[in-house]
Amino acid sequence: MTKALSITKGIHDWLSSIMSENAANFVEMVLIALVYLGIFAIAGLFLVLIERRVAAWFQLRVGPNRVGFQGLLQTMADALKLLSKELTGTEKADKFLYNLAPYFVIVTSLMALAVIPFTQEFQAFDINIGILFLIAISSIGVIGILLGGWSSNNKFALIGAMRSGVQTISYELSVGLSLLTMILITGTLQLSEIIEVQKNGWLIVQGHIPAIIAFMIFMIAGTAETNRAPFDMAEAESELGAGFHTEYSGMKFAYFFLAEFINMFIIAAIATTVFFGGWLSPFGITESIPLLGVFWFLAKTMFLVFLMMWFRWTFPRLRVDQLLTLEWKYLLPLNLMNIVLMALIVWLNLIIKL
Amino acid sequence: MEETPTETNFKSEEYFINMGPQHPATHGVLRLLLTIDGEIIKKVEPDLGYIHRSIEKMCERDSYQQIVHLTDRMDYLSSNINNEAVCLTVENALQMEIPERVKVIRTIIGELTRISSHCLWWGVMGMDVGALTTYFYGFRDRELINDIFEETCGARLTMNYNVPGGLMFDIHSNFVRRVKEFIAHFKTKIPEYDRLLTDNVIFHKRTKGVGILTKEDAISFGASGPVGRASGYSCDVRKHHPYSALEKVTFNEALKTEGDTFARYQVRIQEMWESLSIVEQLIDNIPEGEYRIATKAVIKLPKGEFYQRVETARGELGVYVISTGTKSPYRLKFRSPGFSNLSLLSHIAVGGKIGDLVATMATLDLVIPDIDR
Amino acid sequence: MTNEALQELIGSWFPNPNIEKTSEAIEGSENEEGSEEKALPQEPINPSLLEFTEEGSQFLNILVGPEHLHALMSQLKSNTETSFDYLFCLSGVDWGAELGVVFHLESTTHRHTIVVKVKTLDRENPTLDTVSNIWATAEFHEREVFDFFGITFTNHPNLKRLFLTDEWEGFPLRKDYTDEINMVIK
Repeated sequence: MTKALSITKGIHDWLSSIMSENAANFVEMVLIALVYLGIFAIAGLFLVLIERRVAAWFQLRVGPNRVGFQGLLQTMADALKLLSKELTGTEKADKFLYNLAPYFVIVTSLMALAVIPFTQEFQAFDINIGILFLIAISSIGVIGILLGGWSSNNKFALIGAMRSGVQTISYELSVGLSLLTMILITGTLQLSEIIEVQKNGWLIVQGHIPAIIAFMIFMIAGTAETNRAPFDMAEAESELGAGFHTEYSGMKFAYFFLAEFINMFIIAAIATTVFFGGWLSPFGITESIPLLGVFWFLAKTMFLVFLMMWFRWTFPRLRVDQLLTLEWKYLLPLNLMNIVLMALIVWLNLIIKL
Repeated sequence: MEETPTETNFKSEEYFINMGPQHPATHGVLRLLLTIDGEIIKKVEPDLGYIHRSIEKMCERDSYQQIVHLTDRMDYLSSNINNEAVCLTVENALQMEIPERVKVIRTIIGELTRISSHCLWWGVMGMDVGALTTYFYGFRDRELINDIFEETCGARLTMNYNVPGGLMFDIHSNFVRRVKEFIAHFKTKIPEYDRLLTDNVIFHKRTKGVGILTKEDAISFGASGPVGRASGYSCDVRKHHPYSALEKVTFNEALKTEGDTFARYQVRIQEMWESLSIVEQLIDNIPEGEYRIATKAVIKLPKGEFYQRVETARGELGVYVISTGTKSPYRLKFRSPGFSNLSLLSHIAVGGKIGDLVATMATLDLVIPDIDR
Repeated sequence: MTNEALQELIGSWFPNPNIEKTSEAIEGSENEEGSEEKALPQEPINPSLLEFTEEGSQFLNILVGPEHLHALMSQLKSNTETSFDYLFCLSGVDWGAELGVVFHLESTTHRHTIVVKVKTLDRENPTLDTVSNIWATAEFHEREVFDFFGITFTNHPNLKRLFLTDEWEGFPLRKDYTDEINMVIK
């Protein structure tokens, strides 16, 4: 079940030699989980830094550049500060749910990372329902937001949580349907096979017009799924203060914050995998060096992350009813038509294959 | 609760939330008591007084020179125009002949203040509708005006540059050059504002048809400044009761008829152009002469009542002085534009969403010390 | 309209009943019985119940008794020749003996300006009619006057303290207000 690079093979063999098969598997899983946890705690912080630098660049500022080289340690310092801060809460909050909510959010976003193929063999968990799993997992996160907003005993938080609920339920449809459009070409839900298909050209090229439409819808809906501007209804600081996490402090707040950035990374990673050939290099220029797949994957993902940041720092925020209008009246019908179009293209075999 | 047949099984409950006094969208310490049904606003009630300093009572104790300093602390974004209002009241009461040079400089400074205030407003307006980047663009250009002011009068926010009888100091030798540089610079920047925010489709969706104020209501609520003019109500004091050097310049009163949030936005953008044109007309023709004429150390106004109207960046500021012939006014009332403009918020925000309320409030351009005085 | 014309027109709305009037057409008069006692004996020459003055002010001033305030104000607004539709300032004033309100009115069509003053001698429980049903802006301004001068406005839709807390004692802008702790007196 666990494919891994040769280095992990080595570890596996070594573990198997000193303990029984089951124990070795178990230890291996724990190790991989720890590695992922470590990497993504740091990657999340790094994304926060990138966001701040990109925002500064858009806003004619310099951004954090003092702690560490070019501010590399800035968010690390922030995380340390948040760790040491007091955890406050409201008087009549539902304590159990209030404390549970941040874990819901952070755990679901880390779970989604498990199936993402970083390169050929660098994928913790390659199940045959990969895409379905991602869509399912990403919609659990909103439960954490709803719990947090509801249990905080704060009306602003509740409004934020309700908005977030409405928004995620609506935009999930578009995320799912736009990915479904692409699955008509690949014929599989398994992420490694989706990439295999793209050896004949990235899906955005193979599927041409409907694929580009699907990509645009996916990016819009994906931005909305992560509750980022221009769809940051749930936080809308000029309307709701801080929205659903108004009453959270310290590390619990940091969990919400980190989850937002990891979710953004996940959305970009899915788009990379499904539309831009994942870890495949353009025209197969570095096919002989499999490790460079990580580089290509991250480069494509980071470009899409940058695109989402670009949205955030340029667009004003939509109003909550306009947000729903956009989804139900425009994106959803467009998406359904796009599926039919894609089905026709696949049926008539108009796919562009390089 | 009254039940119509269509909603027999669905009862929604109104609830109350407290927006402010610590809230990002109220720009200060304004507190709004909102009654909301879901997202729809049913009632808005402003609660004031969180930074009331009773400036009017303090004025009854202070001399007229001191009062000028207090006006900086009202609408701190148009402090020069506030100063000018009090100085004009005193000068008109004493029937002083003010040198042309002073008049021209006052108008230039006043219009620059208006531009700087609108820059800040534009930045904050964008921020209120969720476009955070505008804030920095607005501040970038406001900074240049502040630098000019700093060089000439030493302060960046509370200027105290006008005194009864003229100006505190003469303008700095760099003033004319730097103002010209600013005009050239800012002419390229307003189109940038348009590209970033005005032409954005989401922004149009957020502001068009939101918070509509009819012309009749605008007059009845005493709306002034860009708020009134966006409803088609010609209320520019600079046009109808010109003061200082405003008689000598030609400019258009920015008027719109829609009365919605977008119209108020457009009026302010238009006003920046008009103010630029006013400064441009005057900057090359600052007459030589005295920058100040001597007044007595203790100014005593004759017995009587004096009223002076000026147009600040927010609207009409009135200074009403009742004098009994002593060194301090018997009663001094500031008719502040923000106070009247705030009173119409509860009228136009009802029925909109929370987001609409924030956008509407942003275009009313409230400065809370101006309301609380 | 010039100040003289305004004075003549507005004065004719409230003729002084103590003066024998023969042939003048009386339009829009809201004269009540109770107003006769208010007509002071030293003003037999004034043909109107209103006092006009331009002394010490750049505008035409009208002094009106509290009982005629609302009638005068609604006339000033609704009459097409005056149409004072913009109330640009409403200030409470403590004249020492009397408390009162000063209204600054402007017409947005004719662009003329007028000042209306109303005074009441009752310092314990001063009461005036509201004009907030004529000009909506008066609602806030009257609340401010109520807050600082303690003048009650009858029929005001929402008369409560605006700036100060509900439990504040006294009315700070009155001349006889004292507060040794918080006030700097010179």
